[in-house]
Amino acid sequence: MQKVNNKWIKLGVEVLILAALFTLVQYLITAGLLKQYYQISLASMCINVILAVSLSLINGFTGQLSLGHAGFMAVGAYIAAIMTNMLDLPFITGIVAACLGAGLAGFIIGVPTLRLKGDYLAIATLAFGEIIRVTLQNIDYVNGPAGIMGISKLSTWSWLFGGAIITIVVIVNLVNSSYGRAIISIREDEIASELMGINTTKYKVLAFVVGAGFAGLAGALYAHYFYIIKPETFNFLKSFDILVMVVLGGLGSTTGAIIAALFITALTAALQSFPAIRMVLYALILIIVMIYRPQGLMGNKELSMKIFGRIWGGRN
Amino acid sequence: MRIGKKIAMLVLALFVFSIAAGCGGGGGATPTGDKAGDAINVGINVELSGGVASYGTNARDGAILAIEQINKAGGVLGKQLKPIERDCKSIADEAMSISAALVGEKIVAQIGPLTSGDVAGSTPVMMENKVPLIAPAATAANVTVDDKTGKTRDYIFRVCFIDPFQGTLMAQFASNDLNAKKAVIYCDNSSDYGKGLAQYFEKTFTANGGTILAQEGFVKDDRDFRAALTKIKGLNPDFIYVPGYYQEVAPLIKQARELGITAPIGGCDGWDSPDMVSVAGNDALNNTFFTNHYSSQDKDPQVVEFVGAFKAKYNKEPDAFAALGYDSVQIMVQGLKDAGEANPVKLTEALAKIKDFNGITGKMSIDDQHNPVKAGVILEFKDGQQVMKTRIQP
Repeated sequence: MQKVNNKWIKLGVEVLILAALFTLVQYLITAGLLKQYYQISLASMCINVILAVSLSLINGFTGQLSLGHAGFMAVGAYIAAIMTNMLDLPFITGIVAACLGAGLAGFIIGVPTLRLKGDYLAIATLAFGEIIRVTLQNIDYVNGPAGIMGISKLSTWSWLFGGAIITIVVIVNLVNSSYGRAIISIREDEIASELMGINTTKYKVLAFVVGAGFAGLAGALYAHYFYIIKPETFNFLKSFDILVMVVLGGLGSTTGAIIAALFITALTAALQSFPAIRMVLYALILIIVMIYRPQGLMGNKELSMKIFGRIWGGRN
Repeated sequence: MRIGKKIAMLVLALFVFSIAAGCGGGGGATPTGDKAGDAINVGINVELSGGVASYGTNARDGAILAIEQINKAGGVLGKQLKPIERDCKSIADEAMSISAALVGEKIVAQIGPLTSGDVAGSTPVMMENKVPLIAPAATAANVTVDDKTGKTRDYIFRVCFIDPFQGTLMAQFASNDLNAKKAVIYCDNSSDYGKGLAQYFEKTFTANGGTILAQEGFVKDDRDFRAALTKIKGLNPDFIYVPGYYQEVAPLIKQARELGITAPIGGCDGWDSPDMVSVAGNDALNNTFFTNHYSSQDKDPQVVEFVGAFKAKYNKEPDAFAALGYDSVQIMVQGLKDAGEANPVKLTEALAKIKDFNGITGKMSIDDQHNPVKAGVILEFKDGQQVMKTRIQP
């Protein structure tokens, strides 16, 4: 009885904190107190959180090194932009189609390639990301290399924040379910988990499809915030940026991915004032973090109310 | 164990806070501007890293030189210009974020970014805040004009000619000066820059009575061009048009000459980089020509003076991007003088009306689509040196 109560209280507190955060920012934006610059940074943070959390499902929990995440993001961005900008459909249709389209792309690439392991899979996914980019460059309907310009700014704070929260909730619950345990067992030892009767390919594809679908969501939100999308935006460097967030946060930690996404976005923004040495500082900070925290900021631990409780010496 | 964890958390927290504090400094500091009365802030939002870092760096150098010269001569409207320099990493969303930060610092105008895509990223912020953007080298037509509505974007200007003009220019040169009749186009298919130039080259070249024997394509980061070049060699053209960027064009020309292709090769301002000579070599580059915005060998006294000052400051030859960066600042200063006050909206109105402005890259007037009407030059590589061949007025 006591335990059940605690669970509901915890959930209530979490919902309250999130609602307060959402309302605060929403108020600041509508009241015009939050400068445009910070609004853009917040949007980047939400999009990067979605990307990092979705990739952490594939890289961190399933243990499959994927280097094609920007490709799925591109699929989502283009589908959503075509839906709203060219076909004049509502934004929600674009978002749903983006998620489904990117998920489908994840399925198509996942089924043949997920039989590969380690480096081979990394190369296959890297190649896949490049295939998407080059294909988009050669489709005249989406203006080839110039990309789609003048996409309406439909990604409001509600969409961005909501998108990030939905991604986190879905992926955390997936990881904590029986599916999640199967997924983690694949990361720990694929042969052993196969011996235990787990259909490893099925679970790998599942994780891949879900991760890709959310990358599509991030792409849709990105396209409708940043006005222009072009194939070059989604090159393999973008995939690496996302991978850096996941590794920096700690493989197998959702909160780690979130913290790293926020940290890297804030770091990039903060270093804008030092244009000449910006990339040097950025790289240096990453190296220092990796030297002192080789397992990532969070390792494979999660940050929860419990840890806060422990730090402040309280007991749960 | 527990203490270690506490320390780690503390360090992390400190890190995040210091970053947040840095953010605050970056976004909201220096509330100078026209109210403070001592300086006019000019935003410089260019690509200092990433794919086109070499363009951005040179344009920045040109712009900074112009600002220093103007400040030394007493400034504009009795005030000094204060450049605020930022790196957009050759990414459109970064360009947008930086524009928003610059607008927060009360800039009177933004110089840059260089590529059309990055300018597009900046565009909504500039339009919303009613601050003019002067693009030194964004050559795509839809940078200053909205494709859908056909309306000119009020706050977006440029000082370079647009893509089609370069294709037309090279076609004129190939037919009239080189007497070419049969040409092959081998263009960068991964950029609309390459494709656009190829299209207008073909249009003018065929209108002049020439024939296009074949059109081949390469994509960004290609390194081996021998297959297509062998095919081109078999066609025996008297002119090959290669609109693309220097990263691919330099090895392409090297391989073409190695295969024994001696026909003249023509290109565009994407060729303009010291890397062309270091990669392709002096001999391979002989008998190649490209269109550009300006030539550092121009004997025009204004150009000579600019080249001297640039060399003295940076100890390198100013390329077209440096000249265009310089002109972007100069045309903004002209606009400020015409407007009579350092107000972004007034400056925008003045910029739209500029006529016969004497820049390093030629005399220009801003037309109603915010494009400059100006001349272009043809340069030739002679033993590794860029030699000015001719100037073609539209």
